[in-house]
Amino acid sequence: MSQIHVSTTINGDPVEYLCEPDETLLDVLRDRLGLTGSKEGCGSGDCGACSVTVDGRLVCSCLMLGAEADGKQVGTIEGLAEGENLHPLQRKFLEHAALQCGVCTPGFLVAAKSLLERNSDPTETEVRYWLAGNLCRCTGYDKIVRAVLDTAHDMKGA
Amino acid sequence: MLDKPKDAVLDREFKVVGSRPVRPDGVDKVTGRAKFGADVSAPGMLIGKVLRSPHPHARIHSIDIHAALAVPGVKAIVTRDDFAENKKHKDVLCNIMARDKALYEGHAVAAIAATTGAIARKALKLIKIDYDILPHVTDVDEAMADDAPILHDTMITRGVDPAPEKPSNVAQRFDFGHGDVEDGFAKADVIIERSFKTEAAHQGYIEPHACLASVTEDGHGELWCCTQGHYAVRDVCASLLGMEVSKLRVTASEIGGGFGGKTTVFLEPLALMMSRKTGRPIKMVMDRDEVFRASGPTASTSSWVKVGATKDGKITAASAEFRYQGGAFKGSPVQFGAMCAFACYALENVKTVGFDVVTNRPKQAAYRAPGAPMAAFAVESVIEELAIKLGIDPVEFRLKNAAAEGDTSSYGPKFPRIGLVETLEAAKAHEHYSAPLGPNQGRGIGSGYWFNFGGATSVSLNVHPDGTVALVVGTPDIGGSRASMNLMAAEELGIPYDKVNTIVADTASLGFNETSHGSRVTFASGLATIEAARNAKNECCARAAMIWEIEPDAVTWEDGCAKPAGANAGNFEPMTLADIAKIAEKTGGPISGHFEKNPAGAGASFATHMVDVEVDPDTGRVEILRFTVIQDAGKAIHPSYVEGQFQGGAVQGVGWALNEEYIYGADGKMQNPGFLDYRIPVCSDLPMIDTVIVEVPNPGHPYGVRGVGETGIVPPMAAIANAISAAAGVRMTELPMSPPKVLKAIDDANGSA
Amino acid sequence: MRYEAPDTIDQAVQMLAEADGLTRVLAGGTDVIVQLRSGMVEPDLMVDIKRIEAMHAITAEGGGFRVGAAVSGAQLGEHEGVKALWPGVVEAVELIGSTQVQGRATMAGNLCNASPAADSVPALVVAEAVASIVGPEGRRDVPVDEITTGPGKTTLAKGEIVESILLPARPANSGDAYLRFIPRTEMDIAVVGAGISLTLNDDGTCAAARVALGAVAEVVLLVEPAADALIGSRLDEAALDALAAAASAACRPIDDKRGTIEFRTKVAGVLARRAAVIAQTRARG
Repeated sequence: MSQIHVSTTINGDPVEYLCEPDETLLDVLRDRLGLTGSKEGCGSGDCGACSVTVDGRLVCSCLMLGAEADGKQVGTIEGLAEGENLHPLQRKFLEHAALQCGVCTPGFLVAAKSLLERNSDPTETEVRYWLAGNLCRCTGYDKIVRAVLDTAHDMKGA
Repeated sequence: MLDKPKDAVLDREFKVVGSRPVRPDGVDKVTGRAKFGADVSAPGMLIGKVLRSPHPHARIHSIDIHAALAVPGVKAIVTRDDFAENKKHKDVLCNIMARDKALYEGHAVAAIAATTGAIARKALKLIKIDYDILPHVTDVDEAMADDAPILHDTMITRGVDPAPEKPSNVAQRFDFGHGDVEDGFAKADVIIERSFKTEAAHQGYIEPHACLASVTEDGHGELWCCTQGHYAVRDVCASLLGMEVSKLRVTASEIGGGFGGKTTVFLEPLALMMSRKTGRPIKMVMDRDEVFRASGPTASTSSWVKVGATKDGKITAASAEFRYQGGAFKGSPVQFGAMCAFACYALENVKTVGFDVVTNRPKQAAYRAPGAPMAAFAVESVIEELAIKLGIDPVEFRLKNAAAEGDTSSYGPKFPRIGLVETLEAAKAHEHYSAPLGPNQGRGIGSGYWFNFGGATSVSLNVHPDGTVALVVGTPDIGGSRASMNLMAAEELGIPYDKVNTIVADTASLGFNETSHGSRVTFASGLATIEAARNAKNECCARAAMIWEIEPDAVTWEDGCAKPAGANAGNFEPMTLADIAKIAEKTGGPISGHFEKNPAGAGASFATHMVDVEVDPDTGRVEILRFTVIQDAGKAIHPSYVEGQFQGGAVQGVGWALNEEYIYGADGKMQNPGFLDYRIPVCSDLPMIDTVIVEVPNPGHPYGVRGVGETGIVPPMAAIANAISAAAGVRMTELPMSPPKVLKAIDDANGSA
Repeated sequence: MRYEAPDTIDQAVQMLAEADGLTRVLAGGTDVIVQLRSGMVEPDLMVDIKRIEAMHAITAEGGGFRVGAAVSGAQLGEHEGVKALWPGVVEAVELIGSTQVQGRATMAGNLCNASPAADSVPALVVAEAVASIVGPEGRRDVPVDEITTGPGKTTLAKGEIVESILLPARPANSGDAYLRFIPRTEMDIAVVGAGISLTLNDDGTCAAARVALGAVAEVVLLVEPAADALIGSRLDEAALDALAAAASAACRPIDDKRGTIEFRTKVAGVLARRAAVIAQTRARG
C-alpha cells in the first residue's frame, strides 16, 4: 500500500501531504496537518462534527478520502476567523451562549456559514433543516438557531 | 407574577451575578482551538485499539496473542493477565477488561498498542480467543425469572431477609416509604394502576471517549482524558495499576459532553498499562459503535405504579415497584428511581420497592438524574390520568398534593425550602397553558425532582500583582461553568467579570475534587469560589489594616475596595484589589484564597414541563409543537447557561420519549450502535424550547444556587406521553413511543388493524 | 487498497475490468466510505469517477435530462430544469442524508448501492428512468428497475459503471411525487417510501400512472395494481382507498430495527395515497 501525494488548498493556503489511499480527509486534517478543529463524532456522516467545505460545498470530511482533495479548495473551522476578527457567526454563538460543551460547535459554524452564503435571509425552518446533519446533544438547538438567525439579521442590516 | 419570597439572598442586589457575559473559554471553542480528548498527540506515540467480545455471554478459556504480537509495528498487548485482582474496584476492573467471562457484546477482552491504528486493527484480528458461549439475557423481567441465565454465581440478593440461598440476577432490593398504603387505598375513591417499560438510552455525547497516557520507566504517569472527574480517574487508575496516587497526574481535556457517561474509566487503565509496557505514550479513541456497545448507557426498566385519590383530589396512597437492569454489574440507579418516584408529592401513605438487576448488557453509567426519569415517566403518567379521571385540572391536582417545605419526602427526610409549588403556579400562569390547540394536537404536563449533590471540593483563588485573579477549580467545565465561577468570584470581590480567569487544574494542583456530576458544580465549586474569595478578601483587609496601622477588624470590603469599617477606624483612602496586590510583596507576600470542604446543603431542584404535540393518526408520528420548561434554579448565576441546561435536558427527554432505544436482537447483540439508528433529536425535529427560571433560593448556598443540570430530563417523557394521550386518546406505557407503537395503539383503540 | 482517479470512463472501465479482487466505484462515497471505514468491505481497488468531466454534467436530451453519475444531490437540486420536469425525483434525491451528504451523494450511487430503502429509486422507477452503463463490452441502456436484484446486489457486470441516468420527457399534465416515512424529520433511512408518477387527461381523469414502493421488499416494488386503482379515476376517495389497499397488499416487508411488518404495510398505503394527491396537484400545474 503506497501513499498518495496530494496537492490541495486549505483555508486559502497551499498544502501538500502524503496519505494512505483509505485515509479520510478528516484523518488527514487532524492527524497529519494538526487541524484538530474538525471533530470525529461518528465516522459515518451522521453527526456533522467534521463539516468542512470542498470547492464551496458543505461535506463531512469523514465521508471523503484524503486523496480526493487533490486540486480542491478545502475550508475548515480554522479558516473562519480573519486574523484577529471573529466571523460574525462566531461572535453570535458566543453572545447567545449557543454552545455548552463546544465539541459540535466547529461543525455547526462551518455549516451555518455555508447556509448564509447561499441564503442570506433564512427562515427558522430553513435553518433547522440545513443544520439537521449537525448533532448537538447539549443545547437542544434553541440557542444555536437563534444565533444563526440573529447573524443573518445583522449581516442583512450591515 | 409570583410574590417575591422574603429572603436575605434574594433581597441582595447582585452586581454581575445574573448577567450574561461571554464565557471565558468561548473563543477557543468557536475557533476550533480548544483541545478535546482526541485533539492531542505526543512524540513517539502509539495507537491503542481494543478487541471486544462478539458474544453477549461467554466463558473465556484462553487468549492466544502470539500471532498478533508478531505483527511488525505491534508493541504491546494487554489482557486480563496484566491486571492484578482489585478488591476495591472489582467491577470496574472486570468491566474494563473481561476476566473469566465476557458479560456483554462489546466487553473488552484485549488491547493492542501499535505504531499505527491500521496495524493495531489488523493485529486485533489475529488474537485467538477460545470462548464457551453461554445463554444470555438482556431484558430486565426475563433476567428476574427463575430460569434466567445467571451472570454471577456469587450474586445473592441483598436487602432481603432472610437472604436467598440461591444466586440470582437481582443484586439488591430497596424499600422506601411511610404510612400504610393498604389503609390509604381503602380511603381512595379512584385508583389508577398501570405497568410501564422503558428502554435504555445512551447519553449520546458527541465526543467519543479518548485519552493519551504516558508512564515513565520510574513509574510516573501522566494522563490526558475527556472526563467529568479527573480526580476519580486518577484514584481508580492508580489503584488498578498499583501506583501511588502522587505518581499519577491527570489532566482533564475539554469535554465534548458527558451527561454522567464520563464519570468512570474505560480506556484509561488500558492506555496506562500499555504505556508502562512500552515506555511510549499511548493514544486511544473509541469509535462511535464502541461508545454505544461498551460505554455506559442508562438502565432499561420495568415498573408498576398504583395511586389512589379522593374525589376532591387528595392522594390517599401511592405505591410502586421498579425493576432496573444496569448491565452486567450491580449498581443500576433503581435506588434513586424509587426515592425520586413520588418526591413531588406530600403523601401520608407511600411505598416504593426497587430491584437492582444485572443482564448481559454494558455496565450502565450515570445519565442525568440517574434513575429518576424512568420513575417519573410511570408516576407522572398515572398522576395525569388520575387527575383527568377525577375531572380535576392536572396542574391543580398536582398543586393539591405538591410537596413543600416541612413535608416528609417519600424517601424519608423532611424537605427544606423547595420550589415545586412555584413551578406549578408559574405553569398555570403561563400563556402556553391556555393556548388553543388544533385537531390531533394535545397538551401534557409533567413534574420532576432531583436531589442535587455537594461533594468534596477544593478551590484556589490567586490574586495577581495587577489585581486580576486566577480562579483554579478542579471540576471539569461541562457546560459553561467557568463563566459562572468567574461571575461569582467577580461578584464577591467586587471586580469586573473579565478580571477573573477560571481554569480547570490538573489533579496535582488542588486537593481532591468530586466529579462534575449531581448538578454540583455551580453549587459546590461556586460555594467554594465564594468562600475562597472571602478568604482572599479577609487577607486583603488584613494587608490594608497593616498599611493603615489599624486593627484588621476595623477594615471592611466594599465595592471591590478595602475601606475603614467606620468613622472610628480612621480616615483612609479606600484601597482597590489592584492597589493591595501591587504591594503585596512588601506586606507579607502573595495573596491567595482557598477553600476545601465537603459542602452539604445542595438544594433540590424541581421542574414542571408543558408540551404540545401533534399525532399523525395514520402513521403514529409525533411532532413536538411547543415545549415550555419551568424549573427552580435557586439563583441563576448565568441565566443563559441555566436556560441551556433546561433546554438540553428537555430535548434529551424528547429523544428518550420518542425514538431513542437500545435495540437488541435475539442474539443479544445491539443492532443500532450508531447515530443513524440510535435516533437522537435533530435540529429540524424541534421547536424553540421556552424556559421560565423560577428562583426559590437555596438556604444552603451563599447566593441561593440550586444545581440545574439534571432535573430537566425528569419530566419530559411523562409530559409527552400525557400530550399524546390528549391528542390521540391512547395511553402509551412503553418508551420509546416510536411511530410503530403509537400507530398500533391508535389502531387497537379504533378496533381495526 | 489502491486508489485511482482516471480522467476518462474508458480508463475507469479498464481498471475495474482488469483488477484482481474486490473493486468499488467511488462517486459520492457516502455509502462506500462508511462501508470501508467500518470494515464491512475491504476493496483492493477504489476507482474515483469524479475526475471524469462528463460525469458531472446535467444535459437536456429529447425533452428530458441526462444526469451524470457524479452529479451530487445538491447540484441536482439547484437545476431548475430537472426540478420543473421531475420534481418527485429531485425531492427524493434531496431526502438522502444531511446537507453535508447532499454535497457528495449521487443519484447513480444511491441506485448502485442497491438498498431496498434507497430514496431515489422509487421515484426513478416511476419516472421510467434509464441507466446508461459503460463496460468492457461497450455501452448498454437499462431501465432502472432492472439494476438491483436484492440488498447490495446489482445486474452490473465486472468492469461496468453507470455513467448517467436519463430522466425521459413526459407528456403534458403529468406530475410526480415521492414521500417517505422516517421517525425523525431528517437523517433517517426510509422505513417506507412511495413514488408516484401520473398523467391526467384534459377532463382531469388519470390517463396513466406508475406507483413504486421502497423498503417494503428486498427490492423497490413497481406496483401495477396500485397504478390501476388510479387510472381512469379523478383520484376520488374510493380510488385513493383502492390505491392504498393495493399498495399495502403488495408489501412483503421484514421486521427490523427501523419498523415492523405491520407498520410498513399500513404506512405504504398511507404514503401512496398522500403522494398521489401531490402528484395530481403537480399534474394540474
